Amino acid sequence: MIEILELIEKNSRLNEEQLSRIMNITEEEIRKAIALYEDNCTIVGYTAVINWEKVNREKVHALIEVKVTPQRGEGFDKVAERIFRYPEVNSCYLMSGGYDLAVIIEGMTMKEVALFVAEKLAPMDAVMSTATHFVLKKYKDRGMIFEEYKKDEREAIVL
Amino acid sequence: MKIDDVISSKIKSIPPSGIRRFFDLINEMKDAISLSIGEPDFDTPWSIREEGIFSLEKGRTHYSPNAGFQELRKEITNYMLRKFDLVYKPEETIVTVGGSEAIDLILRSVIDPGDEVIIPEPSFVAYSPCTLLAGGIPVAVPLKVENNFKLTADELLEAISEKTKALVLPFPCNPTGATMDREDLAPIAEVLRNKDIVVISDEIYAELTYGSKHVSIASFDDMKDRTVVINGFSKAYAMTGWRLGFACGPKALIDIMIKIHQYAIMSSPTIAQFSGIEALKNCDREIEKMNLEYQRRKRVIVDGLNNYGLECFEPFGAFYCFPSVKKSGLDSERFAEKLLMQEKVAVVPGTAFGKSGEGFVRICYAASMENIFEALKRIKRFMESI
Repeated sequence: MIEILELIEKNSRLNEEQLSRIMNITEEEIRKAIALYEDNCTIVGYTAVINWEKVNREKVHALIEVKVTPQRGEGFDKVAERIFRYPEVNSCYLMSGGYDLAVIIEGMTMKEVALFVAEKLAPMDAVMSTATHFVLKKYKDRGMIFEEYKKDEREAIVL
Repeated sequence: MKIDDVISSKIKSIPPSGIRRFFDLINEMKDAISLSIGEPDFDTPWSIREEGIFSLEKGRTHYSPNAGFQELRKEITNYMLRKFDLVYKPEETIVTVGGSEAIDLILRSVIDPGDEVIIPEPSFVAYSPCTLLAGGIPVAVPLKVENNFKLTADELLEAISEKTKALVLPFPCNPTGATMDREDLAPIAEVLRNKDIVVISDEIYAELTYGSKHVSIASFDDMKDRTVVINGFSKAYAMTGWRLGFACGPKALIDIMIKIHQYAIMSSPTIAQFSGIEALKNCDREIEKMNLEYQRRKRVIVDGLNNYGLECFEPFGAFYCFPSVKKSGLDSERFAEKLLMQEKVAVVPGTAFGKSGEGFVRICYAASMENIFEALKRIKRFMESI
């Protein structure tokens, strides 16, 4: 059943009928498996990858390197949670290497992002330092190349 | 000068491709969903393309040795061992301009005027014309759907005459998707073992089998020294446009193929050869990924066609299925043409691959899942309308 996850991770619009035909099992089995995966949060959500530049919607993304002091008894998780609960935070990862948390922030303007870091993130007790890197251009996100979607342009050939 | 008078009578004797007109029609219809093109819809894996770019940057823009770069020939022998348990030396290989050139070379290498070449049909469109061009006589063996389009020993025995010079063994098969397993090949090998017949085993689809691994006839006792195995990069690595193939066989035969190749072609594309080395060295995983995706598509399309009345036997290889169009009451060409005009779905009439393809069409599932689902929807509507 893990194949379901592989398939919908690539294309979450595949419906139950299509999945059942691809995997050669009944729609009922698909429905049950998906319900189970949703229930235990294996499937966390469904979303689309959108290139906002196409519709001229200004959106600013920044990657923030955050160094934190782990909390006694709770390690990094508690600190991370206090950060990732903010709706401005798009992604939050615990990292190995030069810093502890990689936090990706989404905002409407650079100022909005900068203010979030200055007013919310940096002042937290556990946060020792931050370094903010603004995203200039997205080429590829979640396995998808932004400018590449194309039609089947192959021409017929005798073979 | 009347041009027609100067055209060789040999080439004139070869019938023009009956489906040329049909293909032109497909090309004109820009928004049709095409399940007619016999090539992967995947682009070549990036690491292979990157190697091509790199070799261009390095200025590797010169000829290669006639038979191909030594490193590539060595990688080919590694590959044949790794995948098919076949032991070849680099000098028993030749790098060609696609598998197609290898087919032409081996036919020209062995045919004297009047020699017969046994060609199971339906099969790839080039075997018969290339045989004629080489001065040979194609002997078609019509394969039967009740045998799952496999070649049987009886059919082979019946086709063999004193003039038989070669047998083309086109499995996994374009257009039927049929494969020949070890049990299917054993009786064929038995028939050939004591005969002076060269086996031309076209294994270009060897990586695309679903179920059991491809078996080469060259892996049977006493068969390697009478078999030329043809393979290439087009289908397995999605490298059709690079024009890169190869053949492996007894050195004496390969040497003759190199002799023709060096005068007619000189050498295969240099950049493609460097990319080919990368493909053979590092891209087994890419093949697996594509294979898995083809399997999924096959399931969807075979199931769908059977449900909509286009009876389709289970294909175990290549990326084609070959359903019967009997239920539509139309012949192959009428069916394909009507489906194209009415629903804008392009498939190929089975007759393109030999007379025995009548009553069938070739549907290629090397297309996106999205297009396959849409095409099935249209085929369903089409079948309901007639």
